[in-house]
Amino acid sequence: MKFKIIPILSILFFFIVFAIFFKALQKTSFYTPNINFEKEIPSFSAKIFKMDIEKNSEEIFIGNQFYLINVWASWCVPCREEHNFLMKLKEQKNLKIIGLNYKDKEKNASNFLRELKNPYDQILIDENGTIAIEWGAYGVPESFLIHKRKIIKKIIGPINENLYSEIEGIIQ
Amino acid sequence: MPSLIGSYSLLFGLGCSFLIIFFSIKNFKNSNLFDSKILSFSLLQLLFVVISFFGLILSFVISDFSNETVFNHSHTTKPLFYKISGAWGNHEGSLLLWLLVLTLFISIFLLNTKNQLKDYRILTLLFQQVIIIGFFIFIIKTSNPFNYIYPEPKEGLGLNPILQDPALAIHPPILYLGYVGSSIIFSSALAAMTLNWVSKEWAKHIKKWILVSWIFLTLGILLGSIWAYYELGWGGFWFWDPVENVSLMPWIALTTLFHCVLVLEKKPILTSWVIILSITTFTLSMCGTFLVRSGILNSVHTFANDPERGVFILIFLFSLIFLALFIFFFFYKPDNVKINSFFWLSKETAILVNNWFMMYFLSVILIGTIYPIFLDVISSEKISVGPPFYHKLIIPFLIPFLLAMAIGPKLNWIKSDLRNKFYLFSFLIISLILSSLIIINLKIDFLVNTILISSGFYLFFITTRDFFVHKFQNLAQNISHFGFSLFILSVLFNNIFSSEIITNLKVGETFKSKDVIIFFEKVTKKKGQNYETIIGKFNIVDSENIKQTLIPELRIYNQPNIVTSEADIKINLLSDKFMTMNLVQNQNYFNIRYQHKPFMIWIWASVSIISFGGLISLFKKKHEV
Repeated sequence: MKFKIIPILSILFFFIVFAIFFKALQKTSFYTPNINFEKEIPSFSAKIFKMDIEKNSEEIFIGNQFYLINVWASWCVPCREEHNFLMKLKEQKNLKIIGLNYKDKEKNASNFLRELKNPYDQILIDENGTIAIEWGAYGVPESFLIHKRKIIKKIIGPINENLYSEIEGIIQ
Repeated sequence: MPSLIGSYSLLFGLGCSFLIIFFSIKNFKNSNLFDSKILSFSLLQLLFVVISFFGLILSFVISDFSNETVFNHSHTTKPLFYKISGAWGNHEGSLLLWLLVLTLFISIFLLNTKNQLKDYRILTLLFQQVIIIGFFIFIIKTSNPFNYIYPEPKEGLGLNPILQDPALAIHPPILYLGYVGSSIIFSSALAAMTLNWVSKEWAKHIKKWILVSWIFLTLGILLGSIWAYYELGWGGFWFWDPVENVSLMPWIALTTLFHCVLVLEKKPILTSWVIILSITTFTLSMCGTFLVRSGILNSVHTFANDPERGVFILIFLFSLIFLALFIFFFFYKPDNVKINSFFWLSKETAILVNNWFMMYFLSVILIGTIYPIFLDVISSEKISVGPPFYHKLIIPFLIPFLLAMAIGPKLNWIKSDLRNKFYLFSFLIISLILSSLIIINLKIDFLVNTILISSGFYLFFITTRDFFVHKFQNLAQNISHFGFSLFILSVLFNNIFSSEIITNLKVGETFKSKDVIIFFEKVTKKKGQNYETIIGKFNIVDSENIKQTLIPELRIYNQPNIVTSEADIKINLLSDKFMTMNLVQNQNYFNIRYQHKPFMIWIWASVSIISFGGLISLFKKKHEV
């Protein structure tokens, strides 16, 4: 009898461990390195989404306002996660959200925004991903908080509850 | 072009696996002789993986940014050395390195075991191929290092600057040799169980593999630790970071396994220990890979947060665990002739006692590492387990552990007595007196520290005596145990005598305390190949009136744009002087961190001595007495 109980128990034990690890995987946590010095924003020019004009960075980031530039794409799954937080940030008065549509198709991007609503005040197009390189972005999604033409915070990965309140704290 | 070749080479390599399995099964059933075709296919598979690996390195060297991995982790201004090491400094490339070592080791195993049983060789190969196929599929499906991007970017994103370091360039390959070496032990243990061949002969043969993995694992951990010491700028060498822990756990399991195998080599006891530890060691290595690669943990080692990868490794890991459990419960029949009567005073009892201590240390680290994850899942509560937890639970138990480690090797196998062992007692008294003399003038807890340090000294004296009395008998064991005593003593003294000063200084200012005067002379700016650097010059006068100049750096890398702080360390036989500086935002002063760290070099040296003992054991002809 003893012979059968031990195998069953150990298999059961490992199943539980497996289940817990499996659940833990769904809760990924993201790492945000601190950039401890302020960096000038890069200068670039980009096409505006659904319009046939091109703007350069001087025309986009003006005045004393806070800007959040958010690198996103319709094919990027974690971008959907952070979308709610972007919608909440849209309501902040002294913050403008600029989207940088990364390696995307215009049609897919429009569908994405129609489905989840548009949090952006302006959307720039980065068809071949070169503007994101200028910014030093590692991937999508990624966001940069900008004040007076300087990057004051870089967020790698989707914005979550904590980062949302941190941004809220900075701009107020 | 190299990417393309590498990519196809991987597929061919996977193809070889199926051929090997087909011929192995056929050979296992039909013939009494080992089919040489199997060996040829294994070597062919190795060749394909080597080609693929060199393809990746070449893509890095020529900066082929149409390859996604190169684009993500390289940059044209990066020095050649780091372009090459960048090939395995990322998730995809490092997995390819895993695969390379896996195939390399199984080929060496096949070449090296010509005298072993045919069935045993084939079964080991089959189990190893299960692991190899798992890695092939993992790489090709979720982490292909040869993904193509179009249009080809003109410039890459660069390698994380803190990884651009010589120690870290060779740390992963060495560590992997250790991790992956344990896969051979795992496969071989499964094969031996299936054939009911867990015997003295098997122990003798697998001991070599255990030693090889153990040596590499020890050195790999050492390198990582040295890197953390001078690059991360915290002045410590071990932080009980989960990622460090996952490399320490297989090390403890492997060390215990080695001691058990030494016993099994003499008489057929502790067989279940050996089997379970063989399985545990590899499982822990894989578990480490899972924790690091899945994004469950956060640290400098976390490569990518891709849940798909995590799920794959998790399923793969548990398939291997269940396979091992299945074989253990249904095939393995331990001998009914029990010779489990241990005499209380004998070498094997001492080894058994230390095994239990090792298992205790292992459980503490395992719980400290895994528990936060479990708690987060079950109750959504986030906790972090830090050094105090490990120190409180581990340090007191080091005392009996060290004593047993000193006395154990002095005992005979099977049965021993205490005649002619008077020196064991007298050394204990000497150690106690010596350490109390050291401790008495310091403002620290007298009792605990004295006992702890004297047990360290005790092992130190006993092993030193052996070098003179026994000369070459049990030399390997003695060297490693001596190294361990040196390690414990250096760590303890390092902890007790370290001092630290953190202050803010402007250029031209002086900081004075009763031990040290720090004068901030100037800052200069320079340009490196892919970074700009700010170098501070500090003149330091310590309590013994010795003057020294320290020049810590702040490096601002261009791609990716990251600031790293390079410590300046003046290394001395007795102590290190360690200094880092950091920018303070919007201010014209710098944050200075000056540390005086005694015996640092002895910590590194002692770990090297420990692994050197392993090396001697590997090459000597006569086995331990």
